[in-house]
Amino acid sequence: MTDLLAVTVIGSDRPGIVADVTAALAGLEANLEDSTMTLLRGQFAMVVLVHTSAPVAAVEQALAPVIADGTLGVDVRPVADVDSQPVLGADHILHVNGADRPGIVAGITASLAAHGVNVVGLSTRLAGELYVLTAEVVLPDGVDELAVRADLDQAAQACGVHVRLVPVETDEL
Amino acid sequence: MTHAVGPDEDAGDDRVAWTMPELPPGTVREVVRAPAEILATAGAEVDPTDPATVALAADLLATQAVSPGCVGLAAQQVGEALRVFSVDVTGHPKTRTCHGAFVLCNAEVLSASRKGKGREGCMSVPDLTGDVARARRLTVRGQLPVTGEWVEIETDAFEAVCLQHEIDHTEGLLFLDRVVGPQAVHRRQTYL
Repeated sequence: MTDLLAVTVIGSDRPGIVADVTAALAGLEANLEDSTMTLLRGQFAMVVLVHTSAPVAAVEQALAPVIADGTLGVDVRPVADVDSQPVLGADHILHVNGADRPGIVAGITASLAAHGVNVVGLSTRLAGELYVLTAEVVLPDGVDELAVRADLDQAAQACGVHVRLVPVETDEL
Repeated sequence: MTHAVGPDEDAGDDRVAWTMPELPPGTVREVVRAPAEILATAGAEVDPTDPATVALAADLLATQAVSPGCVGLAAQQVGEALRVFSVDVTGHPKTRTCHGAFVLCNAEVLSASRKGKGREGCMSVPDLTGDVARARRLTVRGQLPVTGEWVEIETDAFEAVCLQHEIDHTEGLLFLDRVVGPQAVHRRQTYL
């Protein structure tokens, strides 16, 4: 019986973070499943779901040498294994851009949440004054899409940004 | 300078060849950067024979010519919400069909097919690039400055991508409004 653990690592980027973290996990025979790893400015961030029979404390101990120099932070926690509850893939892409200010993500995502629209992927970039948000979202069955769009437009206007909600085109081959 | 930029005769094209009219000397203009509101403003139709439009056309080509790597420039990028843009993909390694340096007014896409994904940059978004899916076969209709002649441009590959990027500008859209997903916006440089 193995548990599903979420391992989060973040810290100053350098070559070898992925190699070091995954080597420590492999040493416990932990199996890496879904993960995302990216560079946010100079900070490298990784979130990895691993199946392992090792307890949380053992995983933390295995990772201790990797974070010993103090430049990386790590978090290990058990999470519910939701394989039996499939989550729908994104059916729309949301594009937001405009002048940076606090509250853009909060304002836009609040209008999505109010309609039960689920965010399944999101990233933001700040480049000078320009703030760019791109998200993959799932509109619930039967949702009033016109109302979603109207509320998004209103939220975007309140934040001084521009918003576009575009259906995902999937070419089945 | 006059460019002979008619349809490719080898392709059996029976449309009338066209020539980019001669323009007066243009002035190099400052290029506007996002999040300037003008870049999100859809352009108004123009009279291509209006001297102001002709001057703008010349300015776009002049500005493009002095900007390294610039293959197209729209009126919004020099601060005017108008449906005018310039294109010149001459010599670019991804160019196949090439119509040289030209300016189109009031352009619209007539047909678009064979989508492909590529990474785009833009002088108005200097710090970011993005992965965008665009048609690689394209027919565009627009008017030439000076004469106002309506022309149809059938093209492919890089020139097709460039035309769609510039027409987007004239409609108030950036490549950022078309990226394929959350992981499709990239920094040109990484800051450590």
